[in-house]
Amino acid sequence: MATTEILETNKYLSFKLDNEIYAFDISQVREVLDYTEITKVPKMPAFVKGIINLRGGVVPVVDLRRKFDLPSSENTVNTCIIIMDITIDNEKTLIGALADSVQEVMTIEPDFIEPPPKIGTRLNTEFIRGMGKKNDKFIIIIDIDKVFSSGEAYMLQETKECRQFEDTSQEDMEKNNNENGDK
Amino acid sequence: MNETTNFNDIFRQEADELLFEIEEAVLEIEENPDDKEAINRIFRAVHTIKGSGGMLGFTRVAQFTHTLETVLDTLREGRLTVDKNLINLILRSRDHIKSILDSTSGVGEIDPDQEKILLTQLNDLIPLDDDKNAQYESGNGQEETLSKYSPKESIYRITFKPGKDIFRTGTDPGLLIEELKSFGDHNIILHYKNIPSIDVLIPDECYLSWDIILTTSQTADDIKDVFIFVEDNCELTIDIVDELIEGDDYKEVKKIGEILVERQVISEEDIKSTLNDQKRLGELLIEKNKVDYDTIETALAEQTQIKKTREKHREEIKASSLRVTSEKLDSLVDLVGELVTVQARLSQFSSVMDHSELLSIAEEVEKLTTELRDNTMDIRMMPIGTIFSKFKRLVRDLSSDLGKSINLLTEGAETELDKTVIDRLDDPLVHLIRNCIDHGIETPSVRKENGKQETGTIKLSAVHKGAYVVITIKDDGAGLNADAIKEKAIEKGIIQREAVLSEKQIYELIFTPGFSTATTVTNISGRGVGMDVVKRTIVSLRGSIELDSSPGQGTMITLKLPLTLAIINGLLVSIADTCYILPLATVEECVELTQENSDQSHGSNLLNVRGEIVPYIRLRDHLNIEGKRPNLEHIVITDVQDKRIGFVVDKVIGGHQTVIKALGPAFKYVREVSGATILGDGKIALILDVNALMLFKEH
Repeated sequence: MATTEILETNKYLSFKLDNEIYAFDISQVREVLDYTEITKVPKMPAFVKGIINLRGGVVPVVDLRRKFDLPSSENTVNTCIIIMDITIDNEKTLIGALADSVQEVMTIEPDFIEPPPKIGTRLNTEFIRGMGKKNDKFIIIIDIDKVFSSGEAYMLQETKECRQFEDTSQEDMEKNNNENGDK
Repeated sequence: MNETTNFNDIFRQEADELLFEIEEAVLEIEENPDDKEAINRIFRAVHTIKGSGGMLGFTRVAQFTHTLETVLDTLREGRLTVDKNLINLILRSRDHIKSILDSTSGVGEIDPDQEKILLTQLNDLIPLDDDKNAQYESGNGQEETLSKYSPKESIYRITFKPGKDIFRTGTDPGLLIEELKSFGDHNIILHYKNIPSIDVLIPDECYLSWDIILTTSQTADDIKDVFIFVEDNCELTIDIVDELIEGDDYKEVKKIGEILVERQVISEEDIKSTLNDQKRLGELLIEKNKVDYDTIETALAEQTQIKKTREKHREEIKASSLRVTSEKLDSLVDLVGELVTVQARLSQFSSVMDHSELLSIAEEVEKLTTELRDNTMDIRMMPIGTIFSKFKRLVRDLSSDLGKSINLLTEGAETELDKTVIDRLDDPLVHLIRNCIDHGIETPSVRKENGKQETGTIKLSAVHKGAYVVITIKDDGAGLNADAIKEKAIEKGIIQREAVLSEKQIYELIFTPGFSTATTVTNISGRGVGMDVVKRTIVSLRGSIELDSSPGQGTMITLKLPLTLAIINGLLVSIADTCYILPLATVEECVELTQENSDQSHGSNLLNVRGEIVPYIRLRDHLNIEGKRPNLEHIVITDVQDKRIGFVVDKVIGGHQTVIKALGPAFKYVREVSGATILGDGKIALILDVNALMLFKEH
C-alpha cells in the first residue's frame, strides 16, 4: 500500500537538453553520475552510446539528443549520466541517459500537467507523458519506458539495417543458414 | 506464523526430493523387480513424507500416503509381486501426492475421483488381515503395527546416543525407548557416566546414551524407523547380534556371542574395531565352542558389512543435507567474479609498480583466486544424471500412451554441468525426447515390417569435450523425411521452390519458427513451436545444436554446451582504444598480418597458414570501428565448429579471466557481442561471439 503512494509522487528531476528543460519521474531515477568513458557497442543504433562500468555492473547509455533528433554537442563539465530503472519487455533493467546538465528536483502537481500537444514540438509525442507548467515555463516530462518500448522496435529495425547480411530476405537467410548458432 | 511457513516450505522441498527419489526407485524396480534396496528406498521416502506431513498438518498427504505405505510394506515383506500394474499404481499415487502438495501451495487442484480410484486400488492390494493397518490413525506415532507375518526373530544390539541438543528440538528420547520396548523382549542399559558435575551441567542438554538388546521380529529398518526423526541428530547403530534359527548347535554359539557382545556393550567400544583387533578372541571362541571358523568369519563379515552400509547410508544423508538456495550460490559466484576483477587489477598494478614484494603478493592472490573460482564453479556443477532419470519416466509414460515400445539408454549421467545450464536444458531436452518418441520411433508393427526390433531405442548420452559438454540424443526410428520437410517449408513460404539445398540444410529447416512436420497435432508434440524454441534456448546458453538423420536408420541430435556461464578463459585483444575478448577455448594460434601479407591476398581476405588457406575477418571493418589501422596487425585464428577462421585485430594483449556480464535486454539484438567484462583498470571489454561472426563470414 505504501509503495503505491510512493510511486505516485509529484516529484520530477529536470535536466537540460539543447537549452530546453525536460524532466523524468523521480521514482525511476536511481542516481546521477558524472560523465565517464563509454565503451561503444558495435552494430547498435546511433542513439545507444555504449556501455559503462557502474560499480562492476554493465549499464547501457543512450544519447537522448540523438533519440530526439537534436543536434549533437560537445561534452562539457556539466554533462552527466542519469541512471534509471526501466522496463523492457517486462524485464527490469538499468539504463543511463546522457543529459547536458541536471537542474533540480521539483514538484509539479497533476493539475499543472497538460497532455502533450499534438503539434508544435520537435519531439515525437509518444515519449511525452505531459507538459508540466512551473513558473510560467513548460517542462517536457519524458516517459522513459516509452522511449524504450518504441525505441526497441526502432532499435531492431535500425540494427537490422546495419547488417548487410540481414538485408537479404528471411527466405534467403534460411536457405543459407548453416548449422551455425543462428537465433 | 513465519516459522510455520518456513517449515512448510522445507517440507515441500524435501517432499519434492523424496517424490523424485520414489520415481527413480520405482523405475529401478521395474527393470529389476528383485531390487530389495529400491523397495526399501521407496518405503522410507513414503514413510518420511507421511511422518513429516502429519507433523506439519498436511493430513491429506499423510492419510493418502499411509495407505500407500501399507501396500509398500506388504511388498517389502514379499507378499506382493512387482508387476506393471503395481508400478503404474505407485507412480500414479506418487503423482497424486505431488498434486495434493501442489494444491496446498495454491497450484493446481486435487482430483477427488482420482484419489478414490487410487485408494480403492491400493486397498485391494492389502491382504485382509492387514486391513486395520490401512486406517490411518492421525497423530499416533505407533500406527506402525507389527505384522503377524514374522517367522524369524532376531536379536539386535542398538546403541543410541542422542545429540546433546535433542531436548531443544522437542524430542523426548525416553519415548523412543518406550516405543522400542513395545517391539519385544528387551534389555536396556543406560549410560550416564557422561553426566558432568552439577556446576558445569547444562540442564537442557542430554548426556545420556542407551544400549538396547532387543529381541524382535521387526526388521532393522523398522527399528530405524523409530528413530527416523532424530536420525540426523544422534549416533545410532543397529546391529543384528544373532538371528534365532532353529537348531541346538547354534544356540550355544548364540549365548556366548551374546555375553561377549554384552561385555563389549558395557565397555562401550565400537564392536567392529574391537572384533577386528581381537581376531584371536574369535579363534579362541572357535576352539572352545567348536564352531567352524567360517561361521564366525561370516558373522564378522556380516557385521562389518552392516556397519559399512549403514555408515555409507548415513554419509549419504549427511551429504544431501546441506541445502543452499541457488540465490546464495549465485551471489557467491557474483562475488567471486568481482574478486577476480579486483585481482586482475592488483596484478596489473603490481606489474606496473615493479615492486618485488607486491608482485609476489599479487601472484599469491592470483593463485588463491583461481582456486577459489574453480571451487565455486565446482559447487555449481551438477551431474546431468539428475535430469536424465526424469526422462525415464517420460519415455515410459509416453511410449505406453502411444502404443510404442521404447527403451531409453543413458550414458555419462555423471557428466557435470553448471546448474544454470542444467536447469535451462530441461525443457529443450524434454522436447527433443518427445519428438523422438512421437515422430522418430515407429509403432512395433511398422518396425517389425521394416525388419527392426520391435522395441525402439533412444540413447541419451553426455560427454565432456574440452570446455564443452556434448549431449547427444539418438533414436533408431524412421529418421527425417527430407522431401516432406522441403515440401512443408515451401508450403509455409520458408523457402522458394527452386531452392537447391543439401540434405543437412533441409534438416536445418525444422529449426525455423513456425515449422512443424506432424500432420496431426497431438498433445505430445507437433505444435510447431518446439524446435525453434529449442534452438533459441541452446544458443542463448552459448551452445549449438546439430542434427543428423538417415532415413530408416534414425536421427541424432547433438547439443554442444559450455561448461559454465559465469566465467570463461578469454583472449584479450584490442582494436583502436577498445578491448575485446575472444573465448580462449576457440583460439588456436595468433599470427602477424603485415601490410605485405594483406596486399598479397588482393582483398580476398585469405591467409596462408603453413600451407592451409584460412579466411579472415577484419574486425575493425566489420564492427565499424573508426580510425586508421596500424601497419602490423594480428590475426587470431580460431576453430569454430571445425572450421578455421581468423579475426584481424590491432593487438593481442594476452589471456584474461573473463567474468561474463550480461549486456541486458537493451542489447538483445546484438549478435556479435555476447557480453561484457570489466578489466583491471575499470574499463569495459566486449566479449565477441565467434559463432555469430563466423556466420557473417559465411554469407
